[in-house]
Amino acid sequence: MEKNFNNLSDSLFSELNDGENLILSFSGENSQFVRFNNASVRQTGIVDDGDLGLKFISNGRTCRGGFTVSGDLNVDLDRGKAEIVRMRAEAQEIPKDPFLVLPENAGSSHEIKTASGLPFEDAVDALVPAMSGVDFVGIWANGRMFRGNANNLGQKHWFETESFCLDYSLVTPEHQMVKGSFAGSDWDQDEYETYVKRSRKKLALMERKPVKVDTGEYRTWFESAAVADFLGMFSWNGISEASLRQGCSGFGRMRHDDVRLSPKFSILEDFSPGFCPQFNSNGEVSPELLTLIEKGALKNTLVSSRSSKEYGVESNFAEAGEYMRSPKMQPGSLNHDDVVGQLDKGLYLSNIHYLNWSDNAGGRITGLTRYACFWVEGGEIVAPIETMRFDDSFYRFFGDHLVDVEDTVSVIPEVETYGGRSLGATTCPGILVDSFALTL
Amino acid sequence: MKLDIVLKDLLNAVDVPAQWVGLREVYEAHTPRMIRDGVPVANGRSTTHGVMVEVLANGQFGYYGTPDMTPQGVARAAQKAYKQAQIASQHSIYAFDETARPSFQGDYQSPYTKDRGSLSAGNLNKLLLDAYNHLKVSDKIVSASSLCQVIETSFRFVSSNGSDINQEFLMLEFDLSATAADGPSQQTRTFGGMRGTCRQMGMEYFDKYEILANANRIGEQALELLDADDCPTGEMDVVIAPDQMMLQIHESIGHALEVDRILGDERNYAGWSFVKLEDFGKLQYGSKIMNITFDPTMESEFASYAYDDGGLKATKEYLIKEGILVRGLGGQESQIRSGLDGVANFRSSGWNRAPIDRMANINLEPGDSTFDELIGQVKNGVYMESNKSWSIDDYRNKFQFGCEYGKLIENGELTKTVKNPNYRGISTPFWNNLKGVGNRDTFGIYGTPNCGKGEPNQVIRVGHASPACLFENIQVFGGV
Repeated sequence: MEKNFNNLSDSLFSELNDGENLILSFSGENSQFVRFNNASVRQTGIVDDGDLGLKFISNGRTCRGGFTVSGDLNVDLDRGKAEIVRMRAEAQEIPKDPFLVLPENAGSSHEIKTASGLPFEDAVDALVPAMSGVDFVGIWANGRMFRGNANNLGQKHWFETESFCLDYSLVTPEHQMVKGSFAGSDWDQDEYETYVKRSRKKLALMERKPVKVDTGEYRTWFESAAVADFLGMFSWNGISEASLRQGCSGFGRMRHDDVRLSPKFSILEDFSPGFCPQFNSNGEVSPELLTLIEKGALKNTLVSSRSSKEYGVESNFAEAGEYMRSPKMQPGSLNHDDVVGQLDKGLYLSNIHYLNWSDNAGGRITGLTRYACFWVEGGEIVAPIETMRFDDSFYRFFGDHLVDVEDTVSVIPEVETYGGRSLGATTCPGILVDSFALTL
Repeated sequence: MKLDIVLKDLLNAVDVPAQWVGLREVYEAHTPRMIRDGVPVANGRSTTHGVMVEVLANGQFGYYGTPDMTPQGVARAAQKAYKQAQIASQHSIYAFDETARPSFQGDYQSPYTKDRGSLSAGNLNKLLLDAYNHLKVSDKIVSASSLCQVIETSFRFVSSNGSDINQEFLMLEFDLSATAADGPSQQTRTFGGMRGTCRQMGMEYFDKYEILANANRIGEQALELLDADDCPTGEMDVVIAPDQMMLQIHESIGHALEVDRILGDERNYAGWSFVKLEDFGKLQYGSKIMNITFDPTMESEFASYAYDDGGLKATKEYLIKEGILVRGLGGQESQIRSGLDGVANFRSSGWNRAPIDRMANINLEPGDSTFDELIGQVKNGVYMESNKSWSIDDYRNKFQFGCEYGKLIENGELTKTVKNPNYRGISTPFWNNLKGVGNRDTFGIYGTPNCGKGEPNQVIRVGHASPACLFENIQVFGGV
C-alpha cells in the first residue's frame, strides 16, 4: 500500500505547473467484519478500500478532489491526472480564498506497527466458543489500516497499523445488557476468553429485577466509558476555535465570562500512546502534548492552520474540523474499590447513549442511560435501573458538582466504522458527581 | 473519471461453487460548494467506485468489497467471500437460500431537468456568495454560510439468478445558516434544520430570487431569536412544522419499525425496539388520523428508487394505517427470518458495505386541516420549526427534540417568538396524542443524508414528507 501511495504521489506531483501546490492525503484499510447476533454469525465479509484526497492550491484558490484507489497504478494515475486538470480549471473561476494554507516541508515521518493478529480465516472459530450459552451480539473488526500524507515540497508521512476489536453486548432474557470491547494488536486467545468470562459475570448482576427511578437530581458515578462519551461532545461544537468564533460552541461561557470547571478537571491532547497519527490531513504535525483545560480553566482551544489565518491566533495544527484526536483526561484520587461506598446512594452509570446538545450555549447535554446502570443504596448495588433520560450541563457535572475523579484512567478505543475503521482512543477516568438531572 | 466496466463480464469471471453470486457496482460523486463568512471554504469533488461481491454458500452470505474491478480482482474477491461464508456457515443465525435475492430487471432515473454541468462552479459560488450577503443582515450575525452538495450515483446490480438493474440518481443537499451572537448568548437559524433540504433533483432547484428571499428571512429570524424570551416550560399543545416532523417520524417511527432491530441485530449499536414481532396488525401506534407510508415512489423525495440493494422491486406500502401498526421495515432477509410482510428497504451506504434494513422515504400522509385550523384549536401552546437537537433511547421510546424557532400560540393565534423550544415524550403515547393532521397545503418534503446505523457503521440518505401536525398535552421546555 505504501509503495502504491509513493508511486502515485511522485507521479502526480510531476504533473504540477509552476505556482501550483498539491497535498495528498490517503486513508485505507484491509478489514474483516463479522457481525454476531445471539452468538451466531449474522453477516461476514472483507473490505479493501483506499481513498486519496487531493488539495490543490493555485491562483490564490483552494480546490479539493478525491477518488478511490483501485490498486492499479495506471488506473489511479489517470484518475489523479483528471482531477488535477479539473481542479486547475476550477481554480480559474471560483472566488479567491484569503485564508488558504500553503504546504510546507517541516519534516517527514514513518511509523509501521506490525502485530500478530488473528488471521481472517481463523476468526470465527476462535471467537464463537466463548460466546456459547449467552445472548451475544456485536461486531468483530480486524485487519490493517493505513494513513498517508505527502506534498509537492517533499514532505511525506506514513502510518500503518494492525488491530482488532470485538465490540459486543451480552443480553439477559429480560433484555438487560452488559457492554464489552476487547481490542488490541496481538491476539491472545486466553486473554480473550478471560475477558468474555468477566463480562458474563457482570451479566449475572443484571439478572436482578430492574428498578424504576423517578425524575430528579441524583448523586451519580460515571464509569470511564460514560465520561468518554461526554468528552466526545467537546469535539462537536465544543473546544474548536472556529466554533467559538462562529458562535456555536458550548465553551462560550468559559471564553467570554471566564467561567471555570472544577479544579479537579483537566484534559489534554496526548499523542504519546500512538493510537493515531500525529500528522493531520494537511500533513502538519501536532504537538505531542497540548493542554486544553487545566484545573478547570480553558488554556487552549484546538486551532487549525486555517483558523489561525482567519482569526489571527497561533495554530496548534489541529485537524481541519478541530476535534480531539487523542484526548486524555487526568486522573484524580478516588480508588475504584471505594466508588460504591463513596456514592452511598444514587446512580451508578456504566454507559450512556445518544448524546446531543440540548442547549449548546448553556453547555447542556441530553442523553440516556444504557447497559449496566444501577441504583445504589447504603453503599451497595441494589439493582439495574430502567432506561432514563438525562439533561444536564457539563458546567455542572464537570464543574461545581464534580466531587472526585478516579485515580486511574482507562483507554476507550474508537470503534466507529463510518466510511472506514477509525483510529484513536479516549483515555479517561470515572467521575463522581453530587447532582445529576434525570428528566424522563 | 469514471471507469466503464461491464458488470456481466465480471460476473462471468467468478468461479466459486456458490448457491448464488451477486455483484453490486456503485459509483458516487460528491460535489460540495460552501461560502462561509464571505469566503469559499469548500469547492471540491470526490468520487468513490467499487464492487460489492456477494456469495451464498451453505446458507450463509459472505461478501468482499473491492475497488479492483478487473475480472481477476473480482474473481479473487469472490473466492475470499466464499471462504468467509463457508467458515461462518457453521455458526449462521439463519440458513438462507436464493429466495433471499429475488430476480428482477429494470431501471430507474431520478427526475431532473438541468444536470450538474448546467451551473458552473463559478456561477454557483456567486449565488452562494449572494445568499451569504443576504444572510448577514446585521453585525450581530457572527457567522453565516450557504452550501450545496450535488450527488451523482450510479447503481448496477447483476446476479447469478438473472437480476439486472440499473439506477441513476442526481441529488441535491442545500442549506443556509445564520448565527447571531451577543457574548455567550447565541442562536442559529437554518433552512429547514440540520441539512433538511435534501431532494432528488437537478440544478433547476436554484431559483436565485427565492434563495435570496429565504436567506434574508433566516438572517432576520436569527436576530429575532437572539432577543426572544425562552420557550415556556409545562404541559401544553404543540403544532410541529414539517421540517421537525421529519425527525419525529424518523426517530420514533422509522427506526422503531426496522425489522432487523426487532430481531436484535442492532442491539450492540443503534439499539433494539419497543415494537415486538407480535405487535404487527394489532398495536395502536397512534391516533386514528395517523397514516404512515413507506413510499419509494414519491417524485423528488431524497430516497426514492425502484429496487433496493438486494434487487427487490420497491412499492409504496402502508406501515401504520389509521393508527394501527400493519407492516414493518424489513427487506427480503428480514421477511424470511421474521415471517412478516415487509418492504424493499435492504440498503447499503455504498459498495463497501453489506445491505441491512434501512428507512427510505417514510412519510405521514396528509389529513384535512388547514394550518390556521390547526393553530385555531390551541388555547395555550407552542408552534415549532426546524430541528436542532435530537436524542432517543435504544428502544425508541423516550425522545427529546429541540427546535430552532418557536412561536407561542395563545387563544388560537400565533403570537410572540420564543427561543430554544424543546419537547420530550414517549413514542406511542405521543403519537396517540396526535390531534390534528394538516392538509396537502401544509405538506413539506425533507430528508437527511446522515442516518447512521449498522455494524460496520453505515450512513445513508432518507426522505421524510409530512404535513404540519397538532399534538396535545406534550412536555415543553426552554433553555438553561
